[in-house]
Amino acid sequence: MLTVPLKILLLFAGTLFLLGLAGLLVRRNIIFMLMSIEIMLNSAGLVFIAAGRHWGQPDGQVMFIFILAVAAVEVSIGLALILQVYHHYKTLDVDAISKLRDHN
Amino acid sequence: MNIFFYIAATVAITTTILAISRRNAIHALLNLILSLLSISVVLYLLDAQFIAALEVIIYAGAIMVLFIFVTMILNIGLENKQEKKWYNPRMWFVAAFFAGILFLDLILAVKNAQIQPVAAQVIHSKQVGISMFTTYLLAVEIAAVLLMAGIIGAFHLGSQEKKVMHRFLEKK
Repeated sequence: MLTVPLKILLLFAGTLFLLGLAGLLVRRNIIFMLMSIEIMLNSAGLVFIAAGRHWGQPDGQVMFIFILAVAAVEVSIGLALILQVYHHYKTLDVDAISKLRDHN
Repeated sequence: MNIFFYIAATVAITTTILAISRRNAIHALLNLILSLLSISVVLYLLDAQFIAALEVIIYAGAIMVLFIFVTMILNIGLENKQEKKWYNPRMWFVAAFFAGILFLDLILAVKNAQIQPVAAQVIHSKQVGISMFTTYLLAVEIAAVLLMAGIIGAFHLGSQEKKVMHRFLEKK
């Protein structure tokens, strides 16, 4: 039986979330940004599991399954978009995709 | 039992740091897979065996393989010039500084939180299934619609227009 307090679990999930956030802020490669979003989604799911276990409710695990479904859809659409972007621009740099930008 | 949690958590955080800081996409993805596997160990220790299996099968098995496939299809090396310019310690410092502020905030919030201890009981996947198909039935249907929309969207986005010219003859 695991006796790690809930606070430690929340800190662990928060650390993972902030690592994902830092990766999203720093990286300019679309694949890495998508990966960072995955890390953040995963840590949010971890919080759901920890809280659901703490209060003895099955809702946390149900929410994790929904997060899993959303993550799968997001990744498939995102990777299809990445393929299209690479096809058009021959790069994965997000700063290169600036056709909507107002150049004055 | 707790020592396993701390080992898995350390491995998860270390591999996540490696995953977001590697230049090579494949190395980063392999590190991320390791991170997901250790998070699945944590989930297993949290008495969520079914969720741990789903994490391995869907996250590490399906989603990451999709990532690796795309990385290999595009044959991504280290050609990202903009990122080479941006990817220096100064950029890392700014982002890490603000993330660190958020982290301190989180530590304070968690430290001051009043969490009343509740007798932790094991939630079996049977309970999860019953809850999913009674209380959350509508959400399950919405998730099904979302998956359908994802399939159609990925199919539409993934299809490329037909080319008449030979692919070696077109200009890059």
